[in-house]
Amino acid sequence: MAFNIYNFATLTSWIHDSLSQSMTPFWTVFTEMVIAGVVVLTFYAIVGLFLVYAERKVCAFMQNRVGPNRVGPFGVFQTIADLIKLLFVELVSIKKADRLLFNVAPFIVIIASFMAIAAIPFARGLQAIDLNIGVFYVMAVSSLGVVGILIAGWSSNNKYSLIGAMRSGAQVVSYELSVALSLITIVVLAGSMQLSQIVEAQSDGWFIFKGHIPAIIAFVLYIIASTAETNRGPFDLAEAESELTAGFHTEYSGIKFAFFFLAEYINMFIVASIGATLFLGGWMPFHIGNLAGFNHIMDFIPPFIWYLGKTGVIIFIMMWFKWTFPRLRIDQLLTLEWKYLLPLNLINVVLMALIVLMGWHF
Amino acid sequence: MEEKVVNTSLEDQEFVLNMGPQHPSTHGVLRLLVTLKGETIQKVEPHIGYVHRGIEKMSESLAYPQIIHLTDRMDYLSAHINNEAVCLAVENALDVEVPERVKYIRTILAELTRIQSHQLWWATFGMDLGGLTCFFYGMRDREKILDIFEETCGGRMIVSYNTPGGLMYDIHPDFQKKVKAFITYFRKTLPEYDRLLTGNVIFRARSKQVGVMSGEDAISYGITGPSARASGLSCDVRKHQPYSAYDKVEFNEIIYHNGDTLDRYLARMDEMRESMNIIEQLIDNIPEGSHFTKMKPVIRLPEGEYYQKVETARGELGVYIISDGGKTPYRIKWRSPNFSNLWILDKISQGMKIADLIAIGGSLDLVIPDIDR
Repeated sequence: MAFNIYNFATLTSWIHDSLSQSMTPFWTVFTEMVIAGVVVLTFYAIVGLFLVYAERKVCAFMQNRVGPNRVGPFGVFQTIADLIKLLFVELVSIKKADRLLFNVAPFIVIIASFMAIAAIPFARGLQAIDLNIGVFYVMAVSSLGVVGILIAGWSSNNKYSLIGAMRSGAQVVSYELSVALSLITIVVLAGSMQLSQIVEAQSDGWFIFKGHIPAIIAFVLYIIASTAETNRGPFDLAEAESELTAGFHTEYSGIKFAFFFLAEYINMFIVASIGATLFLGGWMPFHIGNLAGFNHIMDFIPPFIWYLGKTGVIIFIMMWFKWTFPRLRIDQLLTLEWKYLLPLNLINVVLMALIVLMGWHF
Repeated sequence: MEEKVVNTSLEDQEFVLNMGPQHPSTHGVLRLLVTLKGETIQKVEPHIGYVHRGIEKMSESLAYPQIIHLTDRMDYLSAHINNEAVCLAVENALDVEVPERVKYIRTILAELTRIQSHQLWWATFGMDLGGLTCFFYGMRDREKILDIFEETCGGRMIVSYNTPGGLMYDIHPDFQKKVKAFITYFRKTLPEYDRLLTGNVIFRARSKQVGVMSGEDAISYGITGPSARASGLSCDVRKHQPYSAYDKVEFNEIIYHNGDTLDRYLARMDEMRESMNIIEQLIDNIPEGSHFTKMKPVIRLPEGEYYQKVETARGELGVYIISDGGKTPYRIKWRSPNFSNLWILDKISQGMKIADLIAIGGSLDLVIPDIDR
């Protein structure tokens, strides 16, 4: 196969072989875990910083502004400057706040998003853990974040925070269903929950093309529901700065605030990655039927670039939503989920099952 | 001491949210005590007075041309129109006829003031609803008007351009050209506002049937301006008691009938178009002549009581002057539109959600310094 030139399994197995020659199996696994952890953590930080910068540039583009352009070329170091500032900001401790929970909450939020990123296949063989229930795992850990938000709102001893947290709880629990069901639609088509296998199955065509109309409906539903699940505009009711000042993180300052802020962007990155992996073929290049020449050229674009490009498109769409739509009201938000998205999703799953049973897909 | 345990069921407990005086969406230092049940509003209790500067009392020791400068600081978005109220009151009291040129310029500037006020309202209203991009669109266009003000009046927001008997100085030579350029520009960019917000399905859902104010309510609470006209109440001072050059122009009084947030929004959007029509009719016909009438160096109003009302961007602004014949008023009282418009907030937001309260507050377009004075 042509894209074997970009197979990261060669690299990882070489690391594994050379390590196991000089170490016992236990220390080999331990060292590999440390390496994987450091690499993922670094990637995580870079993605977070880049997305904050990207959001600023995108929103400036939407709003007739220039955006950051002073720190470094095109302002690329602006987020780093801001991060340094946030590190120096005083951590205000709130009287009557539940000290323990207040301090733990940002970590829960950030750990939840950190765990989810481990299962995402960035390229062939470039995946920290390849679970056979990858889709299930990602959905499970990414919904842990809401616990942190609820704790943050509760422990702050602030009425705005409490309202924001309660809103967030209702919202994430509801939209989790739609996210799960739209992913299940694709799992039905793929016949597997392992993310690497789902990507492999799309080598002759992405699922959004293979799965007829149900796949397209599922993709649209997924984009809507996942935007809501990550608490981003127009579904940013948990923050709702015009109503609740800053919602659940009103009382947080300095690096604790930065954790929430970073987790929001990473969550956006994760849902975009999952969307790209399940619907748009992950790191698979774009292939058209039997056009061998065209397919061959596409193979030479590194899979990592394919992956980032697809994720970037979805992230851009989500930013586009945020900067052009007004915010929904809490009852309208729940109505949208329970009365429209959920029934549509259920019908869609049945439709997809029918298509798979009859073998109507490509 | 025996500790008393009171068992109250959760149903009876009220959640009182203290919104303001520092809150992003009260547009100033307004404090709202909101009683909630879940997210549903039971009662809204406005507390005012955080920017009370005693403008009425201060005016008692100032001469009439000096009072002008205080009026700018009331409704700072209708600064020019506030000035006009005092000037008209003094001129009418002394039976001074100002030149036609002054009337025309005053009217044009008043309409420009109305447009920039509505632009800012649109910008912040969009932001209240969570559409942050609106803010930048509104501010971008408002800047053009402020530049025109700066060139002619010297100030951008606090203009103090009117003076009893006329204007402080004549218009800038570029004034007409710039205003016409602005009208051409804004006729192109105003549809952008509609594309961004008016037609949006979320915006419609957020504003339709939200905060419905009936015509009767509007009358009994003394609501004026676009907020009242959205409830079907014809109350435009420019139409009913024309002052300055409003009797020389053709324009429609914008009236909507549902009285909800959407209608208040549409009324203001249409007012911007109507203001542009008024300016277009006047801008080429500004008569030549002096920009002031010679007044006595010290203006003394004859003993008596005088009332003058004008239409600001928010409604009817009235000034009530009692003079004892001295060079300062004995007492001056402002009937400010925002003060009256504020108190309906409790009635129309009951049973709505917190997010609706913000939308309703935004659609009433309150300027807090005008409430407190």
